[in-house]
Amino acid sequence: MKVLVPVKRVIDHNVKIRVKADGSGVDLANVKMSINPFDEIAVEEAVRLKESGAASEVVAVSVGPAQAQDVLRTALAMGADRAILITAETAVEPLAVAKILKGVVEAEEPGLVILGKQAIDDDCNQTGQMLAALLGWSQGTFASGIALGDGNAKVTREVDGGLQVIEINLPAIVTADLRLNEPRYASLPNIMKAKKKPLETKSPEDFGASIARRLTVLRVEEPATRQAGVKVGNVAELLDKLKNEAGVI
Amino acid sequence: MAILLLADHDNTTLSDQTAKALTAAAQIGGEIDILIAGKNASDAAAQAAKLAGVRSVIVAEADALEHRLAEPTAALIVALAEGYDTILSPATSTGKNVLPRVAALLDVMQISEVTEVVAADTFKRPIYAGNAIEVVQSTEAKRVLTIRTASFAAAGAAAAEAPVRSVEEAASGDLSRFVENILSQSDRPDLSAAKIIVSGGRALGSDQTFRDVLNPVADKLGAAVGASRAAVDAGYAPNDLQVGQTGKVVAPDLYIACGISGAIQHLAGMKDSKIIVAINTDAEAPIFQVADYGIVGDLFEVLPEMARQL
Ligand SMILES: Cc1cc2nc3c(=O)[nH]c(=O)nc-3n(C[C@H](O)[C@H](O)[C@H](O)COP(=O)(O)OP(=O)(O)OC[C@H]3O[C@@H](n4cnc5c(N)ncnc54)[C@H](O)[C@@H]3O)c2cc1C
Ligand SMILES: Nc1ncnc2c1ncn2[C@@H]1O[C@H](COP(=O)(O)O)[C@@H](O)[C@H]1O
Repeated sequence: MKVLVPVKRVIDHNVKIRVKADGSGVDLANVKMSINPFDEIAVEEAVRLKESGAASEVVAVSVGPAQAQDVLRTALAMGADRAILITAETAVEPLAVAKILKGVVEAEEPGLVILGKQAIDDDCNQTGQMLAALLGWSQGTFASGIALGDGNAKVTREVDGGLQVIEINLPAIVTADLRLNEPRYASLPNIMKAKKKPLETKSPEDFGASIARRLTVLRVEEPATRQAGVKVGNVAELLDKLKNEAGVI
Repeated sequence: MAILLLADHDNTTLSDQTAKALTAAAQIGGEIDILIAGKNASDAAAQAAKLAGVRSVIVAEADALEHRLAEPTAALIVALAEGYDTILSPATSTGKNVLPRVAALLDVMQISEVTEVVAADTFKRPIYAGNAIEVVQSTEAKRVLTIRTASFAAAGAAAAEAPVRSVEEAASGDLSRFVENILSQSDRPDLSAAKIIVSGGRALGSDQTFRDVLNPVADKLGAAVGASRAAVDAGYAPNDLQVGQTGKVVAPDLYIACGISGAIQHLAGMKDSKIIVAINTDAEAPIFQVADYGIVGDLFEVLPEMARQL
């Protein structure tokens, strides 16, 4: 079984972003970019499936600018076998990404697609569910456990009240939550090897998909900021302030 | 203009997240129908019928809908979609699972985690873990939205009950099956509804100390207990207590962060709380930058002292 892993190039999760003064967006110039943390977990899961013999090949795919090659090389260094870059210079919305991925799935015919549950830039949490819809496949979202069976998979999901276990038919879409696994660090030899692994470049049109935006971003604003308050010396003073100043207890 | 609201419930009880999403729906404006997808869900439907501003309650009951699996629930909504130009749900784990599937089947983009209704077609939503707010407009034929309930007050009770009617489930081809729920048992208030939250981080050290140190204070305050990702990953607290970018987003009157450093991903889930208290040994911890009141000190001394004085 082939496993497909979509990975997105996003701002590194340690970077504190800045909203542009003119409200046109977020300043990404000279900012460190990385593989989306959830996608790193998805890659790790796919590579483990290959190591256990359950998967035969792991293909990483990214929709993004030429620099998204870097995150594909990260996936290759972690153990993916080959990569596909679908170039798009502007930000692509989840529905359009899902349409492109549908084309990739039809060409590659994987038995499982593992995505991240959410991209930490747009915080949409949509693409995997949309891809499942477009393909008419089952979906196991927010997964913290995957156990492959015969023609199906048991997925443990992180839900509001705790955990939920469902069984989904294969082929299927799974989206990775944070506790699915702990991604490995790529070793230096593997990083060197990744440079020689195949990486092909395609365009959205190759998959018959349009990347025209559906939503209009009117502006991007600074969130309301909080002022740091006061430090209090002891518990009695704290409780007094909570009662008499803030009135919350 | 008509709006379909997918309710959050467990068949017997309607969660107050539904009433909060209803407030957002009312701000958009139009006739609002609440959809109860479930099994033996007449209790939840009756509660929905009592909410203010509801035109009708639509109930679909079937084995496949008992746990609101994504495929049958999305198929049901799509079958009903023709009568609506806005379809929304609270951004609960069910809403986040189901609605993007609906949006793709309807060929429209979803707007996730709406925090403010600017106009019927324009909404605010946080991006980059809440470090920026996007003002986004949809001019598509239909709008599909999930609502961040921490940003909306719950709708009140109606003078007269709305009518309840039943619809059939829609075929979705047995793609998935429910196996089991492993839900956390707790007598405490739910995180998303609590007025006060006492939250613990990595500093708590073990699941035993997490409970022993936080629970007495939470008990005295009638508070819910929350956790940072580090505490959940380390197994000190169950996953459903996680507050943050990828956990629950909360906005209680009082949030007490104990031994939590204040990483942006944690702040994303609690920085809209009315009053924030931080207890941390490190005076430089970023959590103090958002805290109204801070104590630089050891939580293993401060919290027991608090429990005594409360
Ligand atoms: C994609 C992504 C998503 C994430 N989502 C979330 C999320 O949803 N929620 C979340 O919380 N995190 C999330 N994180 C993780 C986040 O970045 C931090 O790693 C995490 O919040 C740290 O948890 P912590 O504050 O408990 O631990 P630490 O950062 O280790 O902080 C522990 C704090 O305890 C203090 N301390 C130590 N001993 C004591 C003592 N005796 N008394 C008082 N204070 C003491 C220390 O000074 C320190 O400030 C996410 C990360 C990523 C990459
Ligand atoms: N441009 C992209 N290229 C590849 N994968 C993507 C892209 N955008 C989103 N994804 C995948 O979809 C997941 C969810 O993204 P989102 O719906 O934007 O929050 C991510 O974790 C990725 O696995």
